[in-house]
Amino acid sequence: MSLAPPLLAVEGLTKSYGGIHAVRGVSFSLRAGEILALIGPNGAGKSTCFDMLNGQNRPDTGHVRLLGEETTGRKPREIWRMGVGRTFQITATFATMTVRENVQVALISHGKQLFNLWGSAPNFDRGEAGRLLELVGMGGYADRPCGELAYGDLKRLELAVALANQPKLLLMDEPTAGMAPRERVDLMRLTAQIAREKSIGVLFTEHDMDVVFEHADRIIVLNRGTLIAEGSPAEVRANPQVQAVYLGEGLLYDAEHREGASA
Amino acid sequence: MAFYVVQFLTGLASAASLFLVASGLSIIFGVTRIVNFAHGAFYMIGAYIAFTLTERLSGAFGFWAAIVMAAFAVALIGVIVEMVLLRRIYHAPELFQLLATFGLTLMVEDLVVLIWGPDDLVGRRAPGFKGAIDFFGQNIPSYDLFLIVLSPVVLGILWLLFQRTRWGVLVRAATQDRDMVAALGVNQKWLFTSVFAVGVFLAALGGALQIPRDAVHHAMDLRIIVEVFVVVVIGGLGSIVGAFVAAVLVSELNAFGILIFPKISIILVFLVMAAVLIVRPWGLFGRPEAPARKTPGLTVNPWRPLTSNERLAALVALVIAATLPLFAGNYALTVGSEIAIFVIFAVSLHFLMSVGGLASFGHAAYFGLGAYGVAFLAKMAGLPMIVCLLLGPLLGCMGAAVFGFFAVQLSGVYFAMLTLAFAQIVWSIAFQWVSVTGGDNGILGVWPSSWAASPSHFYWLALGVAALVTIALRAMVFSPFGYALRATRDSLLRTEAVGINAKRIQWTAFVIAGTTAGIGGALFAYLKGSVFPDNLGISLSVDALVMVLLGGVETVSGGVIGAIVYKALNIWLVSQTDLSKLVLGGFIVLIVVVFPKGIVGMLEMLAQRRRKASPPGSPLLAKPIESAE
Repeated sequence: MSLAPPLLAVEGLTKSYGGIHAVRGVSFSLRAGEILALIGPNGAGKSTCFDMLNGQNRPDTGHVRLLGEETTGRKPREIWRMGVGRTFQITATFATMTVRENVQVALISHGKQLFNLWGSAPNFDRGEAGRLLELVGMGGYADRPCGELAYGDLKRLELAVALANQPKLLLMDEPTAGMAPRERVDLMRLTAQIAREKSIGVLFTEHDMDVVFEHADRIIVLNRGTLIAEGSPAEVRANPQVQAVYLGEGLLYDAEHREGASA
Repeated sequence: MAFYVVQFLTGLASAASLFLVASGLSIIFGVTRIVNFAHGAFYMIGAYIAFTLTERLSGAFGFWAAIVMAAFAVALIGVIVEMVLLRRIYHAPELFQLLATFGLTLMVEDLVVLIWGPDDLVGRRAPGFKGAIDFFGQNIPSYDLFLIVLSPVVLGILWLLFQRTRWGVLVRAATQDRDMVAALGVNQKWLFTSVFAVGVFLAALGGALQIPRDAVHHAMDLRIIVEVFVVVVIGGLGSIVGAFVAAVLVSELNAFGILIFPKISIILVFLVMAAVLIVRPWGLFGRPEAPARKTPGLTVNPWRPLTSNERLAALVALVIAATLPLFAGNYALTVGSEIAIFVIFAVSLHFLMSVGGLASFGHAAYFGLGAYGVAFLAKMAGLPMIVCLLLGPLLGCMGAAVFGFFAVQLSGVYFAMLTLAFAQIVWSIAFQWVSVTGGDNGILGVWPSSWAASPSHFYWLALGVAALVTIALRAMVFSPFGYALRATRDSLLRTEAVGINAKRIQWTAFVIAGTTAGIGGALFAYLKGSVFPDNLGISLSVDALVMVLLGGVETVSGGVIGAIVYKALNIWLVSQTDLSKLVLGGFIVLIVVVFPKGIVGMLEMLAQRRRKASPPGSPLLAKPIESAE
């Protein structure tokens, strides 16, 4: 083991709303180039956890460190500047701008040219914008108004935008929600490939277990705000506690139980 | 001591009307999500109708019956307006709803003058409350005591109405999620109509109850609506309790503000509003607005810089415009100069509105500040014209920097209300602070130096500045800053996630737009040779909005075309009719309902339709995703 700090280190993250502990003492870490899935049933605290990582929400206690540097308490835009790209569960793009312009905005921000009043934005880093779009397979769409894109294409555009500041870490909140099965597989394959090539760490939440088990290097499982399991897909799949959470309290169990009771 | 108690009670009494109007506005907003700018107009009609009825109906019973009948009559007018106009625009973008109801206000202002004449009307005293009560040597009108008791009673009735009736439950449910209520099978149309009627009833009642205290006149709508906006910004839009508390607060601040700053009492209200906005941007009792379900834009037509042919065409148009002094007379040149100045004004607002998505309803404040800046420098410091023209707009710049800082903390309807309130505050200062601004008499004798004195020279100056400003702002649309500004308009969530400080971008845009408007105002002061409070009044702000709207909000060059067409029409119209507000208001409503894309937008759409005669495959069909392996 090397002594260098991990890409992302989360320690004892806790958040409660009123008397409800949404997240309790969650700790984990993430290496560069690793794809980590954060899963758990509804209400497990995934979103709260995610929001504390990206700066939308401030933890009560606990720390988040990126390459040893504290990100807790910083604003989302500051965390982005530290090298964290994001995609949203429901895509957030600039709808009246073209696909290329969407990427250019991120490049302008990355190049700290936001207050440049006289330069030419249409020519700003056009090459890099084109390369990013090619990377996600959107090269042919550069001049399309973003508002006309199909949902799957918007997701890929978001990925290109998230990659614009050459991030070290990608945070993807339910990256495949609302997509067709075929598109899900393609998007995650693409993400995994880019992450490995560029050695970017990826943390994603996901409800689709096929996506999780196929693409994650490692999985962490949240239930009622606490971390109940961590490990490779095979380990997590075999973990009895995880099975209990996902199957035990689910419909299947209830149905069997009731049938047994009535018999 | 007794004096202060009486002052306090006077404040409470003034709060009654304010509360009635503000709660009506809040209720309507809660359910329909429309900020009804015409609410002040309904208040005014309520006062006028009550005046007429109280004159006709005699006796104590007649008086009180007249007050209630007036409120019902106006509520009926409200129902008609809702069914004929508002139902058509519930799904239009916010800006259009604001503008349509603003157009209505303008129409009403001319209509009441047409019906009741331009003079102030003094109404009857209320039977049973004619006298005054002695309080340690100070007089308190007994009608004031009646009003003080009335507002908590109305608050109680409203509370019962919303908590204890089926209708109230539906209204509260619709306030939280109107789509859900519709999905549950409630007849939304009639719910909206009834809510609008109740809101208008409250406004009209507020107006009717005011007649024993104040004279009825045809500018009372704007006075009350600005105060009401301040009340709902402080109290929180959609909260009736908030409206009550804030109405009392604002009225007391006014009552005591006069004692502290007799000349500029409005400053106190402004300071409190600023403090509330910093601590609780959604008002004392308001809740942060959930990001509205995005109204789909009218078009998704990507912007692009002009091609070299189009640049040439623009240059030719400019050259032709520059030849005007060769054949036109002095009057035409003065009109030409005025149009050029309004092009500057319009493109400055257009930059803020179209590029930044921030619809300012008080943009004239910065135009007027520029004009006053020039007047101060020229008359008091005696500086030469060229220096004044360069430094005068800085006053607009400073005003925009201060007010813009607060305004960009909010968005959408709050932004519109706040910018309007700020403009009205600046107007009040110009109007009240007579020793500095000359008040209503303005500042006279701001004449250009000899090099620019002749109409043709001044025209060339105005045209040149207008061309430079337009080119500069257009270049900014396609600068990195312009992209960032458009990005903040489209998605705040995404701008933050790509490291952009959206508020600072918007603030910068506000200052740029304000300074540019100030340049227009500086030229305007020299064109007219004088400066008046009207130069920063609401009607000028509305002019700017209409110019942008007429040209096309969603276009890059809409401001220029809109200013030229509108100003030419306006100058012609004013020379033809006395009812220019009525025609203008009707015109605004018409544009919003049938012509929302504006002139340039229509032309673009026609051009695009011709291009799309043979579509190269629907863009909505996604190309299959290439495998990334």
